[in-house]
Amino acid sequence: MTVNDRRDASELVLPRYVSAAGVHPPLDTPGYQSSRLRAPGQPLVPLPQGLTEITGPLLGTERVTAADADLTAGHAGEPLGERIIVTGRVLDSDGRPVPDTLIEIWQANASGRYAHHVDDHPAPLDPNFTGGGRCVTDSLGRYRFVTIKPGAYPWRNHFNAWRPAHIHFSLFGRAFTQRLITQMYFPADPLFALDPIFNSIPDPQARSRLVAAFDIELTQPDWALGYNWDIVLRGRTATVFETDES
Amino acid sequence: MSHDRHNHGGQLNQGLTPSQTVGPFLAIGLPWADGPFVVPPDTPGSIVIKGRVVDGAGQPVPDALVETWQADPDGRFDHPDDPRGPAPAAASFRGFGRSATDPEGNYRIVTFRPGALPCPGGGTEAPHLDVSVFARGLLDRVVTRMYFPDQIDANGADPVLASIADPVRKATLIAIDEADGRFRFDIRLQGDGETVFFDV
Repeated sequence: MTVNDRRDASELVLPRYVSAAGVHPPLDTPGYQSSRLRAPGQPLVPLPQGLTEITGPLLGTERVTAADADLTAGHAGEPLGERIIVTGRVLDSDGRPVPDTLIEIWQANASGRYAHHVDDHPAPLDPNFTGGGRCVTDSLGRYRFVTIKPGAYPWRNHFNAWRPAHIHFSLFGRAFTQRLITQMYFPADPLFALDPIFNSIPDPQARSRLVAAFDIELTQPDWALGYNWDIVLRGRTATVFETDES
Repeated sequence: MSHDRHNHGGQLNQGLTPSQTVGPFLAIGLPWADGPFVVPPDTPGSIVIKGRVVDGAGQPVPDALVETWQADPDGRFDHPDDPRGPAPAAASFRGFGRSATDPEGNYRIVTFRPGALPCPGGGTEAPHLDVSVFARGLLDRVVTRMYFPDQIDANGADPVLASIADPVRKATLIAIDEADGRFRFDIRLQGDGETVFFDV
């Protein structure tokens, strides 16, 4: 039975997005100190997926120029550090590409310092690196950034705490249910086992999906190392949503 | 895997990419100059929604990002998955708002009042905005809804509000009318008066 067969004045049939249960970190993760006064204490209330939830902002090319995907450009000179290409696809969980969707990223510089007034890590700022970028996926859901590999940096969560190198990624998908902000990590980082943010994801398989893969095929000779990282957003359930649950 | 709660639907996590916190430096990547303006400044008929994000100690959260998503005044979405078809042209209405909090934890959105919405299975949702909050300390976004205080009948018939039995909790989802098209919607992340947050 298709959506069209079922549509009439009294009945609205909407797509339904799969549950993300068990994927994301629990909000109350005591090992992450900043969660202690910010994570809600009350249980979350189930929200049915209505029109507001199955739609979302379709923000695309009007917000982005090609130069925004090159974080090494736009300054007087080249930033210091290891030049990298980060590329991959945005998919939903039934394997379909998510085209024309805005991706925003931000990161520390090669020394592990953010160009932000709150960051007082005594590592050098780089006048040629700000650390923000954006792009829109193509018709096959592909994205590509050129940047430098961010450094690890210390933070005050516990004694001798260091964050593994990471790039923050923000994604919209096509529906409010698909909105995701996460972090991409680099392979074989020795800090993984010690990081409460990385380890806040309970399932090790899910955790490993945040780690990009080095790819010699993407690596450009004499210029930049290539990393591949696919992002999977909630897809639709296979069956049409039955409306008789009300 | 050993975690029983991950095995919903018989598929392990569906291969989904997990969330991580935005951390303290989201200002490098996320705020837009036009973010708070769902409609351009001073658009006739626009409203202003302001509020403060506070933590479990009642302290302001100065490094949060508040995002809103809503229908237009006719209850329509400019989106292909709205089965009612294309929304009437309202070129200047984006539906989406984004505001970083200031040092006092305040955010601000300029928009239109949304219309009511039909529900799958019948019934009507009262006019509302879906609100996401991202911040250091939040490993995933938290989602709430803002409703309007003068929509008494519509709010009374709203299925989502009806699902919250405790009137004190329910009241956290209703904005305060500050007159002249200004509404206050404070967001308390934790503790006394904690805002209702949803699992969407």
